[in-house]
Amino acid sequence: MTNALEIYQLLPKTNCKQCGKATCMAFAAALLSREVVVDDCPPLKEDKFKENYEKLSEIITPAGEASESGMIVHTEKCIGCGNCVVACPVNVAEDPYGAGSGNAPTSDNVILRVEDGVVRLSNVSQCRRFGKNKILCNGCIVTCPTKAIEFV
Amino acid sequence: MENEYYVCTGCGLLCDDIEVELEDGKVSKVNNACLKGVARLKECNRPAECRIDGAPASLEDAIIEAARILKEADSPVLFGMGNSTSQAQKNAIEVAKRTGAYFDDTSSFCQGPVVEAILENKIRTCTLDEVKDKADVIVYWGADPSNSHPRHLSKYTYFPRGKERQRGWEEDRTAICIDVRKSDTATICGDKFYQIPPQADEELLNALANGLSGKVPKVSFGMGPKKILELANMLKKAEFGVICVGLGLVYSLEEIEPLVRLMDKLNEVSNFHLIPMVGQYNMRGSNHNLHEETGYINRVKFTGNDVEHGAHCSVVELLRARTVDAALIIGSDPMSSLPGSIAKELLDISVITIDPCNTLTSRKAKVSIPAATAGSECGGTAVRMDGVEVEFKAMTETDRMCDAEILERIMGEL
Repeated sequence: MTNALEIYQLLPKTNCKQCGKATCMAFAAALLSREVVVDDCPPLKEDKFKENYEKLSEIITPAGEASESGMIVHTEKCIGCGNCVVACPVNVAEDPYGAGSGNAPTSDNVILRVEDGVVRLSNVSQCRRFGKNKILCNGCIVTCPTKAIEFV
Repeated sequence: MENEYYVCTGCGLLCDDIEVELEDGKVSKVNNACLKGVARLKECNRPAECRIDGAPASLEDAIIEAARILKEADSPVLFGMGNSTSQAQKNAIEVAKRTGAYFDDTSSFCQGPVVEAILENKIRTCTLDEVKDKADVIVYWGADPSNSHPRHLSKYTYFPRGKERQRGWEEDRTAICIDVRKSDTATICGDKFYQIPPQADEELLNALANGLSGKVPKVSFGMGPKKILELANMLKKAEFGVICVGLGLVYSLEEIEPLVRLMDKLNEVSNFHLIPMVGQYNMRGSNHNLHEETGYINRVKFTGNDVEHGAHCSVVELLRARTVDAALIIGSDPMSSLPGSIAKELLDISVITIDPCNTLTSRKAKVSIPAATAGSECGGTAVRMDGVEVEFKAMTETDRMCDAEILERIMGEL
């Protein structure tokens, strides 16, 4: 997963404030949490930063794809192994003998399931990363062999 | 939720909890299966066509022509079997017996030696269900199931809760990966990944056996005795251990003995089992069926009532030495999977293919017979990688014949 410093390295680092943020570092942090988009940085669109602009656009997937809990599934990377489905603590609690035991989910309350070879999210409000009192659970991230799951 | 579950024939894991949705008599959505399974169960992009010498033909003519080629050939070979139902394999053995043919399957350059050792009771094995319920130490040696059998870790070995492993992977299980590169599976194993140079497997097997008998383990590559002892101790402390052997280990060993020795040693001090990571969904079934019939798992030649067996009967040697003049290839694509210099020999002999999909081999074949896809279009039985027989039923109806039936018809023509 990318971090703010990595993004900062690709920015112009001039602190020009044209984006409305005080520093480029602040912009990087905002970009990471998807508060702003890459295009909000005017100097980045100049020719000399073209390479960085392209790289950043690649790293920062649009927030539109993220769920309410901030989860982004990179469907092109997902192989449908179901590691996240079985490891997710909410799935285990809701469906111990189905999803929690490695089998097909038998409950409608599970939050992750594999459909057509790719993981899909449902019942987002049950995710431990949802809402104000979220905990930074990483059950689905660390078990993913292809790093297809990301939270913003 | 009451659901009907089907079996996936995408790989040797034969996942039995697949849900499908149908549309116009075709599989439109496959749930719970990995991408590999989805690709197998949905219709193939390019279905095989019924052809003789490249020209479209009727199924009847193709079967008669196939029988003629086999009858007139001096020494035909039957090859493939990994993607066929057990019944098709039994029928293929009958055809081989009748025509005095060589018979080989993909295991001769795959997991053959390991399955042979298991069937001869030289190595202790267990079922995947036992692994799920009991295993606490899981070793992947030369295997990368995240790519070859995507649901291996999530359905059976590492992540699921089992009867005696209720607390799941974080507390109850340890997954170890030994490989020459940091594979996707190695990433999941984290600090339990032991990287070794290519061809060093035998050395590490011996070093581990030494470590387990209290000697100082030494290897010529950069892995210190401390690290090897740490690994040996993890294996020693296992309540129920399993080694999942991948092709990486099988290919690097000249013979299976060092692995057998380590397994014996492990079972003196601990409780260890071995499961081969069989690739194709019924390759192990082919080994079982032939073993029952002849006492050998692959590489045989039928002559009358006698059975000849040896390395010279393997498909690679047969093609290299140009011993065969015709080949019946069932559910396999040797033209793509064998080395180029060997595969090109197939161009000089009469090849008959029975396959659901259009493959390189079926395009170049003299006779290409389309078959129904086992698992989605026809049912049958298959043997899972751990030796458990799994029965599966068809998901959709088709007018194409199953490979078992095609072979029966060829047998009839003979």
